[in-house]
Amino acid sequence: MKTFKIGGVHPAENKFSAGKRIVDTPLPKQVIIPLAAYIGKPSVPVVAKGDVVKVGQLVGQADGFVSSNVHSSVSGKVVKIEPALDASGYKRMSMFIDVEGDEWLETIDRSTELIRECKLTREEIVKKIADAGIVGLGGATFPAHVKLTPPPGKKAEVLIINAVECEPYLTCDHELMMEHCEEILVGISILMKALQVSRAVIGIENNKPDAIALFQRQIQVLSFDGIEVQPLKVKYPQGGEKQLIDAVTGRQVPSGALPIEVGAVVQNVGTTFAIYEAVQKNKPLIDRIVTITGKSMLNPGNYRVRLGTPLKNVVEQAGGIPEDTGKIVAGGPMMGRAVTSLDIPTAKGSAGVLFLTEKEARRLEPKNCIRCAKCVSVCPMGLEPFLLARQSDRHMWDELETNRVYDCIECGSCSYTCPANRPLLDNIRYGKVTVMGIMRQRNVKK
Amino acid sequence: MNKLLISPAPHIHSGDSVSKNMYGVIIALIPAYLTALYFFGLGALIVSVTAVVSCVLFEYLIQRYLLKGESTIYDGSAVLTGLLLSFNLPSNLPIWIVVVGALVAIGVGKMSFGGLGNNPFNPALVGRVFLLISFPVQMTTWPRPMPLNMHYLDAETGATPLAFLKGGAFEDLPAHMDLLLGNIGGSLGEVSAIALLIGLVYLLVRKIITWHIPVSILVTVLVFTGILHAVNPDMYASPLVHLLTGGLLLGAIFMATDYVTSPMSHVGMIVYGIGIGVITVVIRVFGAYPEGMSFAILIMNAFTPLINTYIKPKRFGEKKKQ
Repeated sequence: MKTFKIGGVHPAENKFSAGKRIVDTPLPKQVIIPLAAYIGKPSVPVVAKGDVVKVGQLVGQADGFVSSNVHSSVSGKVVKIEPALDASGYKRMSMFIDVEGDEWLETIDRSTELIRECKLTREEIVKKIADAGIVGLGGATFPAHVKLTPPPGKKAEVLIINAVECEPYLTCDHELMMEHCEEILVGISILMKALQVSRAVIGIENNKPDAIALFQRQIQVLSFDGIEVQPLKVKYPQGGEKQLIDAVTGRQVPSGALPIEVGAVVQNVGTTFAIYEAVQKNKPLIDRIVTITGKSMLNPGNYRVRLGTPLKNVVEQAGGIPEDTGKIVAGGPMMGRAVTSLDIPTAKGSAGVLFLTEKEARRLEPKNCIRCAKCVSVCPMGLEPFLLARQSDRHMWDELETNRVYDCIECGSCSYTCPANRPLLDNIRYGKVTVMGIMRQRNVKK
Repeated sequence: MNKLLISPAPHIHSGDSVSKNMYGVIIALIPAYLTALYFFGLGALIVSVTAVVSCVLFEYLIQRYLLKGESTIYDGSAVLTGLLLSFNLPSNLPIWIVVVGALVAIGVGKMSFGGLGNNPFNPALVGRVFLLISFPVQMTTWPRPMPLNMHYLDAETGATPLAFLKGGAFEDLPAHMDLLLGNIGGSLGEVSAIALLIGLVYLLVRKIITWHIPVSILVTVLVFTGILHAVNPDMYASPLVHLLTGGLLLGAIFMATDYVTSPMSHVGMIVYGIGIGVITVVIRVFGAYPEGMSFAILIMNAFTPLINTYIKPKRFGEKKKQ
């Protein structure tokens, strides 16, 4: 069974919401739509306070290439545009829209009919994806159209669909695959056309045998040429872009380079579905699937949520906040962010809300490093977490650069593994941010 | 609802802990300990209990009254050091010498550097080598194995297989079956190859250690002594005899793999293992001592920081040098 070559861990999967059908969440009274719910420059508002908007209407215009459009996910009236707290823990400029009815733009095709044929050219497809404000839905929220525009002189050879969902607890991608297999396959063929590649590989971990079987069957039945399914051994962080490319193609993206360097482009399976809707149904990115889960959750499940809906509304659908909650995480347990409040909006990158009990969430007292080298063994980038953490602690910036702290993907495997409970990644993040800042400044001076 | 905790990711932990690893190694030592009790009886019991109790006691006293820190005896590392020290001692060693060994192991070998995680040398071996140099006679007089032996200081003694080797008396070597089971003279924990190998399997299955250090040591010894044996079988014993005798297996599986004093990268571990193998054979075959494992491990312990500095793990995406 294929997998990536270096490091990795295998946390308990705890996929309580696996197999739970996607449930629509009722519209909230008000949505909060951040103007920069992605990596890149914030969008520029194109509606003003008091304006009435429809579902799918553009409200924020992308500012430059690495930026993304933002659309209203509801119909109603814009009441204010001001900073609001989001899952990152920062306040960002956001649009508050009071919901009135549910009136969609007429251009959006709301039928469930599968449209397979796509006559658009490469450029038209990429433009439609950019217009629809699609960003990576796996959590990184990088604008999708940027990845589909390889730099001059580079040519993609293979499209890899990230259907790994290696984070414990999360099941939103899995359920989406089970319910929208055909749409995802059409989305893949559209992406193949946009990238002008003849081969696409869907990477799925073999803890989802039903999804693997379904896709293999439907590719045969509907004869999607050039698309194949690659079952992968269950190992975290297989959903990391570089790890997935290594697992599927056996090629390792060099340090600091983009996947296109080894001829690969990776898109998340949820993103692929959104791309299908955007290109074939004219539907901008206004909703996503969110997993609400936790050991004490009454109704762990997968919910279709309009973007901007406060997370507390979604959580109510799943039975409310469990009594013994000690920590609420936006995202998965390995890379998600602990939040202080559920008033924050569902964002494009919100794959899940996880409720951990106090016992699960509390960190134990750190002890002396016993130099067991387990962090070195599990690091998927071949780094030495124990050393990077210590050098970060001592502000040894030059040494950190020599030891490639900038390669750290912040997957958390080191802290997860450490028998002495040392907060390795906390320290490494600090060193990484500082060293990368120094490196940027040096490049500017040149 | 309680107050919410806020901390950076990851939000879950594997549940692994220092003490789980230490007690894991102790569990892996049980088969060897049982064979030691069977062949050396009362002596093995007295020496091992003395070593463990005094190691734990010394660590407690030093931590409490000299370092004035929180007690560290529950992490299992002092128990493990005591047990490993006793495994490297003859079972007829007087109690007071065992206590001196424990004091040197814990006091000098471990606590003087700041306790677990900071010591450059394997504490149990520091204690053992100190005793070997200070009390050469007592440390090289081994009791003969005898089922359910009730003798302690008055146990009947005899030479070890390695002593036969040193003397060139190949024909006096015990049968391979005795080497496997442990029916030979030697330090109390080193005699049974099978029991030690069972421990190795347990350590590997529980992922307490990786294969790199033990395998590289054993392969190096096998190859090195194999070449010597092929060149002149009358002068050099067969590789199998070398592998199954003395502290080689005990050292390769339990002593060289000590977390604190061994390298951090897999390639570094292999270099370290090869170094131990080579030095061990050189001492055994060409040196003055019949046994070289303890010295080899301590010497390579000293190289560990150097290995860590110059041998890095294989980085992701690193191009092979042309």
